[in-house]
Amino acid sequence: MSAPSTTILETRGLAAAYGHAQVLFGVDVTLRAGEVVALMGRNGAGKSTTLKAIMGLVPANGGTVTFEGQNVTGWQPFRISRLGLGYVPEERRIFTDLTVYENLEVGRKAAAGAPGKEPWSLDRLFAIFPNLAEMKGRRASAMSGGEQQMLTIARTLMGNPHAVLLDEPSEGLAPVIVEQMADAVLAMKAQGIAVLLSEQNLYFASAVSDRAYVIEKGAIRYEGTTEDLEDNDEVREAYLSV
Amino acid sequence: MDLSFVVIQALSGLASASALFVIASGLTIVFGVTRIVNFAHGSFYMLGAYMAVTIVPWLLQFDRSPTLFFVGVIASAMVVGILGVIMELVLLRRIYKVPELFQLLATFGVVLIVQDVVLKIWGPVDITGPRAPGMRHGIEILGQRFPAYEMFLIFVGPAVLGLLLLIMHKTRFGVLIRAATQDREMVGALGVNQAMLFTGTLFLGAFLAGLGGALQIPRLPANTGMDLSIITEAFVVTVIGGMGSVPGAFIAALIIKMLEAFGILIFPKITLVLVFLLMAVVLVVKPWGLLGKPEVASGRAVLPEGILNLKAFTRTEALVWIGLAAALLLVPVFGDTYKVKVGIEIMVFALAAFSLNLLIGNGGIVSFGHAAYFGVGAYAAGLLVTGPLKAPMELALVVAPVAGGLAAALFGYFIVRLSGIYLAMLTLAFAQITYAICFQWVEVTGGDNGVVGVWPSRWAASREVYFYVVAALSLTTILALRHLFYTPFGYTLRAARDSATRADAIGIDVKTHRWLAFIVAGAAAGLAGALYSFSKGSIDPTMISISMSIDFLMMILTGGIQTVMGPLVGTAVFHSVKDFFMPLTDFWRFFLGVSIIAIVLIFPKGIVGAIDSLRERMGRGPAPQPKPAGEAA
Repeated sequence: MSAPSTTILETRGLAAAYGHAQVLFGVDVTLRAGEVVALMGRNGAGKSTTLKAIMGLVPANGGTVTFEGQNVTGWQPFRISRLGLGYVPEERRIFTDLTVYENLEVGRKAAAGAPGKEPWSLDRLFAIFPNLAEMKGRRASAMSGGEQQMLTIARTLMGNPHAVLLDEPSEGLAPVIVEQMADAVLAMKAQGIAVLLSEQNLYFASAVSDRAYVIEKGAIRYEGTTEDLEDNDEVREAYLSV
Repeated sequence: MDLSFVVIQALSGLASASALFVIASGLTIVFGVTRIVNFAHGSFYMLGAYMAVTIVPWLLQFDRSPTLFFVGVIASAMVVGILGVIMELVLLRRIYKVPELFQLLATFGVVLIVQDVVLKIWGPVDITGPRAPGMRHGIEILGQRFPAYEMFLIFVGPAVLGLLLLIMHKTRFGVLIRAATQDREMVGALGVNQAMLFTGTLFLGAFLAGLGGALQIPRLPANTGMDLSIITEAFVVTVIGGMGSVPGAFIAALIIKMLEAFGILIFPKITLVLVFLLMAVVLVVKPWGLLGKPEVASGRAVLPEGILNLKAFTRTEALVWIGLAAALLLVPVFGDTYKVKVGIEIMVFALAAFSLNLLIGNGGIVSFGHAAYFGVGAYAAGLLVTGPLKAPMELALVVAPVAGGLAAALFGYFIVRLSGIYLAMLTLAFAQITYAICFQWVEVTGGDNGVVGVWPSRWAASREVYFYVVAALSLTTILALRHLFYTPFGYTLRAARDSATRADAIGIDVKTHRWLAFIVAGAAAGLAGALYSFSKGSIDPTMISISMSIDFLMMILTGGIQTVMGPLVGTAVFHSVKDFFMPLTDFWRFFLGVSIIAIVLIFPKGIVGAIDSLRERMGRGPAPQPKPAGEAA
C-alpha cells in the first residue's frame, strides 16, 4: 500500500445535532491523501451524520473539520465542495427530471488548486462508467438503481474532487452492482482520490479500504487496518453485528 | 351565437391566457427553486405597469415607434427584475430556512410596503398608459374587429414559453434551476453557489412579473389594486398547473382563460365558480397540479413549532386570566364609548384568532384565508337582518356560525386533502373567491359598498348592552374551543400535525379530523363575523379581504403561536396598536409590513412565547450551550 502521506481531511471532536437530539459527540477521523478509509457502524450510529457534518450539510455544534490544512468548520457546502471535497449521498439523490448529461453538467466545475492533474472529462468518466456513455440523453428517472448509483459518483467526479465522501455505497444494491461499486472506488483510488466511505458491510469495506473506524453512539470506538478489524471478533460483535 | 363571435371570444381568451401565463411563469419558477411562495410577485407585476406608464411615454416623445414602445416595456421589466434581486438580497436570503408560514407572511409584508410606496410615488389615481404604436388598429376577422395588440399578446405567451424552455434546457443556469427545483441541497453539495442561483432566479421571476405588468398598459390603466387582483389568479394558475412547472402554468392559464371566455356566454355571473370548480376537480384528482410533482422534503417545516405541551393553568395564571376577564367586563362601567367599541372589537377578533389557532397552532393547518369564514358569518347575519326576511339579530347569530361552518365544510373538504404550501395557497384561493363573489354580486351583497343597517335587536341596541352580548358569546365560545385543545380530539389533531403519516398508520383518520377542526373553526369565525357586523352596523367586502386574514395571522403571531392563550393577548395588543396608530399615519400599511417582517425575523415566538422562554430562563438558568463550531481551531 502507499506510503503514509499527508493528511487531507481531519475532524477533531466533531459534534452535531438534529434539533435537540445530539447525534455526534466528538468524532475524530483522519483521511490521508490517496487512501480509502471506511467508517463502519450500525444503523443510527452516526456514520451518515459524520459525513454530512464534514460537508456542512448538518451544522457542526462542536469540534473542527480541516480540509487540506484549511479549517472549513461552519462553511457552506458549496464552498467546501469547491475546495475539492466531493460528496456522494446515501439515497443517490440524482436529479431525476434531468438527463444523464445534465446531471453531470450540474456537477461540473473546475479543479480547485490541483496543479498538474488532468481535469475529469466526459470521456474519462465514460471510460470508467461505460454504461453511462450509452444513455447520455436519457432521463435519470428511467435508469436502474445501479445505474443511478454510478451516475451519482460520476456526477461528483465531474467536480474534480481531491477527496470524496461516499455514503453507504453498497446499501440496497444487487451483488453485481456492489462489485461495480467496489471497482469504482478502486478506480478513484487509482486516480489518487482519497475516499472516506461509510459502510455497514464489512466485506465491501475490506475489499476496498486500507483502514477502518468503527463508530457507535456518535463517537469513534475503534480504529485500525481493515485486516485487523476482520480479525477482531470482539469489536465486530460489540459494534457491527446486528 | 354565430361563428365569428365564438372565434373572437376564443381569441380574447387566448390573449388573456397569454398575459396571465407570463406573470404566473415567474411565480412558478421562483417557487420551484426557492420554495417560497412569493406574495410580492403581484407587487412586481404592479410595479411593472407603473414603471411602464412612466418610462414608455417618455421614450415615445422621441419617436412614436413600436421599437421604442417595446424597449420601454423591456426596460420596465428589467427595473422590476433588479427590484427582485434587491428583495432577494435584503429579505429572502434571511428566510429560506424559516417555516413556510413566516415566508408567506414576510413576502406579504413586502406587498404592504410596496402598496404605500406606490401610493406615495404615483398617487391614488389610475394612470392610463399609451397604446402601442403600430398596433392601434383592429384586425378584421370574420366580419368582426379584433384589436391588433390583443392579437400580438396571443403570440407573446408561447414566445415566452419557448424562450423559458430554451433557457431551462440549453443553458447551465437553466439546468441548475431545474436541478435546484428538485434538490437544492444536493446542488449546493456539488459546489454550486445557491445564493447566486437564487438571486438569478429572483431576477428572472421578477422580470417576468414586470414584463407581464408592462405589457398590460395598453389594455389596463396602472392602478393600486393590481397586485392583489393578479396574485390570486397567478396562485390559481400555479396550483392547477403544478407548482414549479412552467409548461403546467401555460396549460393552466390557457384552460382558465378559455373557461372564463366561454363560461361568460353560458353562465354570465358565475365564471368565478367555474374556476373554483376546475381547481377543486384538479386538486382532488391530481393534488400536485396537472404537471406538478409531490413536494420533496424542503428541509424546513410548514409551521413554526405549534403548541407543544398543554399545561393546565397554575393558580397564579388562573387568577391573572380571571382578573383580566373581570377587568374587561368592567370596561362599559368605567370606560368611554371609544373603549367600549375597542373592547367589543378585541373580543370579536380574539374569538376569530383563537379559532384560527385551533387550526394553526394545534392542527398545523396553515390557513391563509380565515377571513372567508368570518366574512361568510358577517354576510349571512347582515343579509338576513337587512334582506327581505328582516330576521331578528337572535336568529342571525344562530345562522351565522352555521353558515361559517358550512362554508368551512365545503372548502375544507378540498383543503384537507392537501398539505403544506399547497394547502395554504388553496385556503387563500377560496377566501379570494368568496371575496370576489361578495364584491361582484352587487344585487345581493351591495358590492364594494356592502350593506348598511345591520343593527342589533332593540334590547341590545345600546353599546353597553351589546358589549355584554358579545362578551357572553365570545368568551364562552373561546372557553369551549379552549376545552377542545385538551380533549382527545385536540390531541389527535396535534398528533396529525406532528406526523400525518404516523398518525395515519396508528389508525387516525387524519383528513376527517382536520375537516372537523376546519368546520368548528369556521363556525366560530362565522359567529365572530356576525358579532362584528352588528357592532359596525354594516357589512362590506373588507371583512373577507386578504388583509383581514393577515390581521388574524398577525394576532396569533403577536401573541405566540406555541401557546393556547397567546392569540388573546396578541389580539388585544395588535388591535389596540392598530386602532391607535392607524388614524395617525398615512403609511399604516408600510408600518404594518415592516412590523410583519420584523416579527418574522426577530420575534418569531410572539409575546406570550417570549414571556414563557424568559420564565424558563429565569427558572432554570440558561441551558448549557454546546460550544460554537469553529472555536477550537
